[in-house]
Amino acid sequence: MPRISTVVYSIGQGGKNLRRNRMFSLASIGTMAACLFLFGIFYFLLQNLQYAIKGAETNVGVTVFFEKGTSVARVEQIQEEIGRRAEVAYVNYVSAEEAWERYKQTSLTAEQIESFGEDNPLENSASLEVHINDVSAQTDLVRYIETFPEVRQINDSQELADMLNGINRAVSIVTTVIIAILAGVAVFLISTTISTGISIRAQEISIMKLIGATDFFIEAPFFVEGVLLGAIGAAIPLALLYAVYREISSYIAQKLVSVLGRGTMLLDSRAVFQMLVPISLAIGIGIGVLGTWMTLKKQLRKIL
Amino acid sequence: MGARYDLESQLKDIDVPVILFENVSKEYQSGIPALKNVNIEIRKGEFVFIVGNSGSGKSTLIKLMLREIKPTSGRVYVAGKLLDKLRKWQVAKFRRKLGVVFQDFRLLPDRSVFENVAFAQRVIEAPTREIQRQTPRMLAMVGLADKYKAMPKELSGGEQQRVALARALVNNPVILLADEPTGNLDPKNSWEIMRLLEEINRRGTTVVVVTHNREIVDQMQKRVITVKNGIIVSDQKGGYAYAKNQYSSI
Repeated sequence: MPRISTVVYSIGQGGKNLRRNRMFSLASIGTMAACLFLFGIFYFLLQNLQYAIKGAETNVGVTVFFEKGTSVARVEQIQEEIGRRAEVAYVNYVSAEEAWERYKQTSLTAEQIESFGEDNPLENSASLEVHINDVSAQTDLVRYIETFPEVRQINDSQELADMLNGINRAVSIVTTVIIAILAGVAVFLISTTISTGISIRAQEISIMKLIGATDFFIEAPFFVEGVLLGAIGAAIPLALLYAVYREISSYIAQKLVSVLGRGTMLLDSRAVFQMLVPISLAIGIGIGVLGTWMTLKKQLRKIL
Repeated sequence: MGARYDLESQLKDIDVPVILFENVSKEYQSGIPALKNVNIEIRKGEFVFIVGNSGSGKSTLIKLMLREIKPTSGRVYVAGKLLDKLRKWQVAKFRRKLGVVFQDFRLLPDRSVFENVAFAQRVIEAPTREIQRQTPRMLAMVGLADKYKAMPKELSGGEQQRVALARALVNNPVILLADEPTGNLDPKNSWEIMRLLEEINRRGTTVVVVTHNREIVDQMQKRVITVKNGIIVSDQKGGYAYAKNQYSSI
């Protein structure tokens, strides 16, 4: 367990390293900030896309039609059974009359309606509208519904489900690849910064080693430097992103209110930042520590 | 516990070697042998000069004593430790028993005289109170009490070497290793440093000095180990000149 004075000394020396090595420190912080800013943008995109997909998913439905003669009681029983499944948000029963009413309103002219008189051509079209909360589970759900012998036909929206799944996957992959590349650049720059710091302090380190400094004592200031680089590199984009996100969401909300009469499209900033702040700080500090560790392992051996 | 303490305190007073080289050879990666079958025994409280031409193996001896390098064969004991067996994390603790002084002083240019000396104590995580007590004491001992605020560049070479000495001694080492301590100094300052080393030795610290300074070695009349081509060619009390007479090729 290091002494408090040693911890204070290491923090002081870490700060000093940052100042001594100003240009490289700024470059590292800049790259880290750029990385995490882009990460933040992709995070917004991903989160809001998932939010939008979630909204769309509940509108994505499977319509289930029944064999002629299936009683309303049986349909309601099936409705209850389907409704119990985890991927199902809710199930609506649409009677034949309701179906005909909807059809008349959406697809027929007054003349056409009149020609049918009192007949209901959709007499056998009582159905269940199954709304799901996870599009990726749609195939399984359809397979399950097909097991009911009373089921005559199932209309699903597989194409939409596939498309939403595809977007989700593509954004995740792109985000991961971009973050991996940027993280690699950040690790490299931090490593260069620490490496420069080590060469500036080479004489000091060699003296330290000669007079009996432990590895902890020698390395701690560099880890402090790495952590500071990471934390500052994370704090700057977080502040920027917060301002940008608030501006954009309030702008979009205003536009939507004037056009659609409703103002929610993007996720609430508190919900986004509650996760983004710890994730960004963890990535920043993690990259700082990783870059420092890799460099120390390689460079310190060369001294003395 | 009491019995053990007594045994330890008795052992401290026994005239044991603080540095012992047993059949030590060192060959660098280039294949050139730096030391060949060297045997040295330096006892507690001794003052020893190691002399020899450049490339004779003097620096290798110092590096082995500091455990900067390991011997190719043989054993090196320093301050009661068999150095080959020391693990990496044990080396730092071992080095705290040694004080080291170099020709180029190796002071930290961005820190004051006080900070340079205190640095040695900070490194071993000495309590702040101990640093505040011991650093001025050491600076007074080397005659620099009034220059504690000065920066190294404001000091003469002799003064810088005295700061380096204070730093080497502040942790009360068992052995002081001085590698060409007068190499960058004029004769007056060289003698001041040697007088200080003698004083430090009188207080009980074993002192090992690697030097080229023939005049000093001759006048101080201490034990002189002469190294040539990696072999100890002379080890006796007397001056450099005496060794030279015996081995005219040195």
